[in-house]
Amino acid sequence: MMCASVKYSSRGPALIPRMKTKHRIYYITLFSVVLLGLIATGMFQFWPHSIESSTEWTLDRRSVHDAPLVKLPVSSPIPERGDLSCRMHTCFDVYRCGYNPKNRIKVYIYPLQRFVDEVGVPISSTGLSREYNDLLSAISDSDFYTDDVTRACLFVPSIDVLNQNSLRIRETAQALAMLPRWDKGMNHLLFNMLPGGPPDYNTALDVPRDRALLAGGGFSTWTYRQGYDVSIPVYSPLSAEVDLPEKQPGPRRFFILSSQTAIHREYRIQLERLKEENGEALLLLDKCSNLSQGVASARKRCYKGQVYDYPQILQESSFCVVLRGARLGQATLSDVLQAGCVPVIMADSYILPFSEVLDWKRASVVIPEEKLPEMYTILKSIPHRQVEEMQRQARWFWDAYFRSMKAIGLTTLQIINDRIYPYAARTYEQWNNPPVVKWSSVNSPLFLPLIPPRSPGFTAVVLTYDRVESLFRVITEISKVPSLAKLLVVWNNQNKSPPEESLWPKVAVPLKVVRTKENKLSNRFFPFDEIETEAVLAIDDDIIMLTSDELQFGYEVWREFPDRLVGYPGRLHLWDHEMGKWKYESEWTNEVSMVLTGAAFYHKYFNHLYTYKMPGDIKNWVDAHMNCEDIAMNFLVANITGKAPIKVTPRKKFKCPECTAIDGLSLDQTHMVERRCDE
Amino acid sequence: MQARKKYVLLGLCTCCWLLLFYWGGLQERLLSFLTRRQGEVVRPWPDWLDRALLPGYAENAELQDGGGGGEPPRQRRQAWASIYKDSRCRMDTCFDFGRCRARDGFRVYVYPPEKNERVSESYRKILASVAESRYYTSDPREACLFVLGIDTLDRDQLSTQFVQNVDEKIRGYPLWNDGRNHVIFNLYSGTWPNYTEDLGFNVGQAILAKASLNTEHFRPGFDVSIPLFSKDHPQKGGERGWLLRNTVPPRRKYLLMFKGKRYLTGIGSDTRNALHHIHNGKDIVSLTTCKHGKDWEKHKDARCDHDNQEYERFDYQELLHNSTFCLVPRGRRLGSFRFLESLQAACIPVLLSNGWELPFSDVIQWNQAVIEGDERLLLQVPSTVRAVGVDRVLALRQRTQMLWEAYFSSVDKIVLTTLEIIKDRVYAHISRNKFMWNSLPGGLVVLPEYSTHLAHYPFYYLSLGISPGQEFTAVIHATSPLVSQSQPIMKLLQVVSKSKYCSQIIILWNSEKPPPHRSKWPPMPVPLVVTDGRRKTSSRFLPHVSIDTEAVLSLDEDTVLLTSEVNFAFHVWQSFPERIVGYPPRSHFWDPVKKIWGYTSKWTNEFSIVLTGAAFYHRYYHYLFSHYLPPSLRALVDRTSNCEDILMNFLVSSVTHLPPIKVAQRKQYKEMPGPQSTNMAPWATPEHFNQRQDCVNTFASWFGYMPLVHSQLRLDPVLFKDHVSVLRKKYKDLERA
Repeated sequence: MMCASVKYSSRGPALIPRMKTKHRIYYITLFSVVLLGLIATGMFQFWPHSIESSTEWTLDRRSVHDAPLVKLPVSSPIPERGDLSCRMHTCFDVYRCGYNPKNRIKVYIYPLQRFVDEVGVPISSTGLSREYNDLLSAISDSDFYTDDVTRACLFVPSIDVLNQNSLRIRETAQALAMLPRWDKGMNHLLFNMLPGGPPDYNTALDVPRDRALLAGGGFSTWTYRQGYDVSIPVYSPLSAEVDLPEKQPGPRRFFILSSQTAIHREYRIQLERLKEENGEALLLLDKCSNLSQGVASARKRCYKGQVYDYPQILQESSFCVVLRGARLGQATLSDVLQAGCVPVIMADSYILPFSEVLDWKRASVVIPEEKLPEMYTILKSIPHRQVEEMQRQARWFWDAYFRSMKAIGLTTLQIINDRIYPYAARTYEQWNNPPVVKWSSVNSPLFLPLIPPRSPGFTAVVLTYDRVESLFRVITEISKVPSLAKLLVVWNNQNKSPPEESLWPKVAVPLKVVRTKENKLSNRFFPFDEIETEAVLAIDDDIIMLTSDELQFGYEVWREFPDRLVGYPGRLHLWDHEMGKWKYESEWTNEVSMVLTGAAFYHKYFNHLYTYKMPGDIKNWVDAHMNCEDIAMNFLVANITGKAPIKVTPRKKFKCPECTAIDGLSLDQTHMVERRCDE
Repeated sequence: MQARKKYVLLGLCTCCWLLLFYWGGLQERLLSFLTRRQGEVVRPWPDWLDRALLPGYAENAELQDGGGGGEPPRQRRQAWASIYKDSRCRMDTCFDFGRCRARDGFRVYVYPPEKNERVSESYRKILASVAESRYYTSDPREACLFVLGIDTLDRDQLSTQFVQNVDEKIRGYPLWNDGRNHVIFNLYSGTWPNYTEDLGFNVGQAILAKASLNTEHFRPGFDVSIPLFSKDHPQKGGERGWLLRNTVPPRRKYLLMFKGKRYLTGIGSDTRNALHHIHNGKDIVSLTTCKHGKDWEKHKDARCDHDNQEYERFDYQELLHNSTFCLVPRGRRLGSFRFLESLQAACIPVLLSNGWELPFSDVIQWNQAVIEGDERLLLQVPSTVRAVGVDRVLALRQRTQMLWEAYFSSVDKIVLTTLEIIKDRVYAHISRNKFMWNSLPGGLVVLPEYSTHLAHYPFYYLSLGISPGQEFTAVIHATSPLVSQSQPIMKLLQVVSKSKYCSQIIILWNSEKPPPHRSKWPPMPVPLVVTDGRRKTSSRFLPHVSIDTEAVLSLDEDTVLLTSEVNFAFHVWQSFPERIVGYPPRSHFWDPVKKIWGYTSKWTNEFSIVLTGAAFYHRYYHYLFSHYLPPSLRALVDRTSNCEDILMNFLVSSVTHLPPIKVAQRKQYKEMPGPQSTNMAPWATPEHFNQRQDCVNTFASWFGYMPLVHSQLRLDPVLFKDHVSVLRKKYKDLERA
């Protein structure tokens, strides 16, 4: 468009030949001026966003000192003190979070501002701290973040209140109230790690904050609003400085170690008494008095002139004491967890970090302060194996939830997220099981011990291609089984129609024929709507040797083990060391870890899993190779339930209607999905 | 000129159009729309240039100091005790731990009932449950916890069961001590119209075990929230959950249902008045009726008639059975009967009760069993429950059943759970963790005094991803004196010690004669321990400290076994570590004529008991047998020298809800008296048999139901009696007759 107008104006003179030169020049100039003006404004207007944002991009690489200055009038309003009765349903506006298919809250961070009072003194002596900056950038990098204030459900002020000591309480409160969306603190989240100040050390942030949520380190049971506030750890900057590699759980050089420097005199006396009684098992460290005061003093501890490196020494002990100081929350806890040392927490009324979701009984020992003299006996009574597990658990808590400001911040948001979308909340296992347990443990989806009633029986699913004669024999035989509820024939042949209705054998139960669209083996495991019972008997169209008694018994066995595959002929999978792959043997051996699904009972749920939850490449492989679908099913069930299949003894010379067989094979290796079939 | 005019006009038009385009809002919106669409440019938190120069939030020294030592602990404790009282009570400040330090530890005393005072049926059940529990004591001096004899369940002044002058009465109790160490059970508090949390008397420092607790009034870590239960709730045993099978797909006929009262006025009416909005008559059925109270017609509104009509169309029981989710909205109070009803019916509760402290919230992870809705978001409930996937519905539903059976199915369980929660607080370092409370078989049968380590229990192997140990301890129950080297026990010792999984053998000497000298026993590849059973039959299930393997093989002295039988049974036990795995089966049956339970040793197609004369089980059951069962049942076993095996089967089946496992055996066990025994063995007499029949009935009445479960199968080795060469079989001896 613009191009065209330019052409037109340049051609102007030629097209208006009869015009007077004076007029011509006049028009041409007018036109050019207008055009140029238009183009200029156009240019200016056309990229206003990119110009503006690109300046912002560049400005992003700017100093915190460039943040806009905001002056707080003396008379600006002060929020009310936190309301102790606040709960999510009274002080939190859920409508802001809305229904959301992803079940994720959106978090907005206020842009950084530097608040000063009327005479220009900042409200905080430190301003934005490194830790708070890390926290905010972590939130901004996470998928909780939104920069659209109208879509946000939770607001995080950029005013750093991590450490109350560096704050001017009244002015900070005024600054909070100045935030554009403050609205009585609704849906605002404040992070604070060091609350209170001398002499009485309150256990929650003293800054008046209306209804704002508080993620605080060092809550006591009286200040913590259960289900509203979030208890967070006190971050230890040593975590970033020192790299302590994870140590194998096991017995350590010392049994109990106390590394804190400011333990109350009464407690130190009691600890020393314990040391006298139990000698070398205890190590009581203190500040080093003779060292020159320097940076290193935080990293050294002493006992009777002997100098130890801190926090490395923590790794040398099974248990590490974490006593309360004037504050309940102690940064030592983080160091101790990092070292994989089991914390012995003695801080009455302390709300442990993330206690809403973390099971601290599995990672720590909590002892009432009064019982400090009994600490040794209490700890000695814990079984060794449990101590090892606690060591592992402690380290895992640190790895997952204490490690960095990012971990702390995102865990806090996840906890709040879980409250707002409780139906999508993370489970206890997700929060508390370390990866090694998550990997090896099995949580069966059919975990309730049920023995389903005999009625309504089972549905037999016969997969067939074109062997009609043998199919009919199978159908006739199965139809004699008393508990059969329905017969389902999966007709897997697209080129041929199933025989006419009149030709089928007459059976007492409903018989349905399902025609499939593709000749796939997976079709036999499709959760057809026609299967109305939970028990499914998958049977090939050539299994004619099973009698109705055997099938009925198989069904009875399945009822007692509804979460297992109950089948007839057994097979074994073996790891072939020479070939380096799984092989399977159909010969008679002493262990079964698989039953063929040529004739097997199983729960319909596994059909659902096979069709919708199994890794696609396994299913595709099976369909492509027309083989191994039974093995895939066996692996699936073993993987999900951690339980071996059961083989029901087929017809024998002797009468033994109650025989079943079980293997003694350990199922550890069933977690390996790799096998011959899948190569 | 015409052309010129045309061009000028055209030019002007173009200008105008361009002006409009440039300055108009159109382009602004268009642009922003376009840029939004292209990759959602989000402005993140800036990456400051001087990030590395930012100060730390606190000095290292300050952090390590932890704010200094603080005030003297003793002084602080005293200050606390004076500040944190009544509504701010916590265990630290309002509970006297000293009372629980007695030798017997946790003991509960029940006040004798007041004269001339009626006690409601529900409270009578609560008191009976406490009195029958293993924590009961009749001596207030050794008690750690006190339960009032005055019925405090219904504190609604308008109720007929309201007890007057409670304040005066309790102040008269010398042990009251401002309520310290007392538990007060309550189901209904407050009255029309506000239904406050007020009990009408001063609770002081007593622990409240109360239904419908509000989170604001709940004293965390001190009070216990209990479920609201009806007066028909059974005292013991209790019905099982209604879930018989896990149907797939798990959706039932109705997605969501509610049928109940609609309050026209007063507290709680907001939510109930809105429930009809989500009713669609198809998969969501939400029915309310205005008919309740005497004067409902006074407040009647336009909806009432239509609603009442619709209400009659559906049957509550039918809905309960056929609905996937059940709405549990608040009533006048926060909790309602709907909660337990839907929990039992395996209808996943959808809670609409803002601020309700859920029952036993201290220990139960409710978000794994219910959908916690928000009264404010009622209209979102349909879309929320529609979005719950198949797997989650299955899991939620099974968990409702697990929780129902573990903690709610009887008054006994509710009371015991309350006591156990308080006990866990008193002995915090010997307590159950959340995992124990929330996984099968539930916290009540997990005794933390046995161990606080998960791997020491038979229930958690799979969820911890570990397998049971590779060794077992054989415990042989010896009653006859050792006279010859050819006695069956000698043979048995040989057989068992040959098993490669056997780590030690314990002989429990229960004979009249003193145990023989060490040299009398044959030399053995495994350690042999002889302990004195003090001639008590129940002593065979004592948790002997010397048992250091998870598996226990319990044997009678005259058991005839083969090493391969032992090995195979041990293998099977490793697959079923929470059950009893043994050989000789017995069965129980219901005698409809005599209306009692029968016991039979006849060969039938079913069994529900395997005798512990030869059986594998986890050593934890020893502990449960000696500490979980009441002394009265153990006394019965000792008195009759009988039934200990039946009791063990009752115990294990009540924990697992599953039958024991019978494994293949070469010979019939004990069916014929051995050739060397001339006189009749004591177990073969009819008297003995009648005793066992009585035992079954006594045990069933203590458990409150029949925990035994029938099984029809026997487990054999894979190649058992298969037509393959004997040489290839792992357990060949089993088939040599």
